[in-house]
Amino acid sequence: MKKIEAVIREEKLDAVKKALEEMGIHGMTVTEVSGRGQQKGISLQWRVGEYRVDFLPKLKVEVICHDDDCHLAIEAIMKSAKTGRIGDGKIFVMPVEAAYRIRTGETGEAVI
Amino acid sequence: MSAGDTGWILVSIALVMLMTPGVALFYGGMVRKKSVISTLMMNFAMLGVIGLLWVVYAYSLSFGPDIGGLIGNLKHVFLTGVEAEPSGVYATTVPHLAFMMFQGMFAIITVALITGAVVERIKFSALMVFAVAWLTLIYAPVAHWVWGDGGWLLKLGALDFAGGIVVHINAGLSALALVLVLGARRGFKHEPMEPSSIPLVMIGAALLWFGWFGFNAGSALGASGLASSALVATNSAGAAAATTWMLLAWNQRRPTLLGVATGAVAGLAAVTPGAGFIPPIYGAAIGIIAAIVCYYAMIAKMKLGVDDSLDVMAVHGIGGILGVLAVGIFASAAVNPAGTDGLLFGGGLSLLGKQLVGTVSVGAFAFGGTWIIAKIINATIGLRVKEMEEVVGLDLSQHGERAFGGIR
Repeated sequence: MKKIEAVIREEKLDAVKKALEEMGIHGMTVTEVSGRGQQKGISLQWRVGEYRVDFLPKLKVEVICHDDDCHLAIEAIMKSAKTGRIGDGKIFVMPVEAAYRIRTGETGEAVI
Repeated sequence: MSAGDTGWILVSIALVMLMTPGVALFYGGMVRKKSVISTLMMNFAMLGVIGLLWVVYAYSLSFGPDIGGLIGNLKHVFLTGVEAEPSGVYATTVPHLAFMMFQGMFAIITVALITGAVVERIKFSALMVFAVAWLTLIYAPVAHWVWGDGGWLLKLGALDFAGGIVVHINAGLSALALVLVLGARRGFKHEPMEPSSIPLVMIGAALLWFGWFGFNAGSALGASGLASSALVATNSAGAAAATTWMLLAWNQRRPTLLGVATGAVAGLAAVTPGAGFIPPIYGAAIGIIAAIVCYYAMIAKMKLGVDDSLDVMAVHGIGGILGVLAVGIFASAAVNPAGTDGLLFGGGLSLLGKQLVGTVSVGAFAFGGTWIIAKIINATIGLRVKEMEEVVGLDLSQHGERAFGGIR
């Protein structure tokens, strides 16, 4: 099992959700986050002049998937979340040690 | 007594009352999320504290029988002698009570205006002590000088229709003095200080604009042609200044809502002293000039590094000075026989000179007096919150409330 953490643009959530659903991945956790990448935030306007906002709002989508599906899911997110402009986000993948379904007590791959 | 005049003054009292929560929202939207409640509270609490002290003694100090041209006496303490009949001295067609309350709303909003300079780091208790001292020692004398029967600036012939000197110059210069004693916010100039909600700023500005009709047109103290003239001058100034500020920001980068709202307030402040003395179309001219001057005053303030956080000096102080001097140029006795002709209408430099005396004397008194009051409070109970309280935000540290919900 792998956990995919994708930090994406807020407006790309629907596209990412749809792409994952098409490959049969329905379960996901979405969190509002703020952060910054290489462009170090953006500048906004005050009454006169500008000020810089370091941390921009993004969404973090967390998906747990089977090892075999992982690269497909990543590809789906990459494609659906991309605009080609700076600030499209990042994807991180990490191994999942164990998983439990609280309602039934199931463990392992069956939980996904 | 006139039923029409009385009706209009009662409505104007209500209109001006709404300006204080308007200022609260205007300021509250501009501070960071963690200081919204504290900023709203600094303003809304004035409706309570100043509203109470006004009827207890401050009206009497401001408008009671004259002592040496400097202050009123205590004849009207606890509203003694303030009745349903006209006062005989002020606003002779409306109940004395209505005139008293109309003036009370001015006192409340003037103290509230000052808070914009010191948000996000002043101790609430210190601000309340300051408010009481300032109302008593600065506002009441200045209101008496300019508007009180026998006040020395009134006798001199300085004109202030609705509070350019008493409200805007008084608040602006006092705010500046208070900031100089208090100091800048932690992180000022280094950290981004993002406004919590520009929509709140717009609601606040809209309430101010709305209330300003009562503020300026109400100052005609009757339902009259003069009230209409003041109302048109007021709206023209707000509109012209909002448009001008929009274009200034657009020229720099983009037209901003914060800019349009700020411009409107600058224009409305600037036209206040002259609203009932100038031909209404000159309101638009004052608005345009006010937007340009206040815009560059803000840029200058940023260069000076004074953390007058929400630009009380740049908007109200500078706007007020500009407007008071503009009276010396644009006033016309044909608009208001109680006024005199300014430079443009053949009155020469005489009125402009008197306006300058009003500006300089009140500016100096407000600045110096406030500086002393602030120093005394700072040396005794302290003006500033502890560093950790400032980092956490004044909403939680001073009031135990927050503006926008928690995790649920």
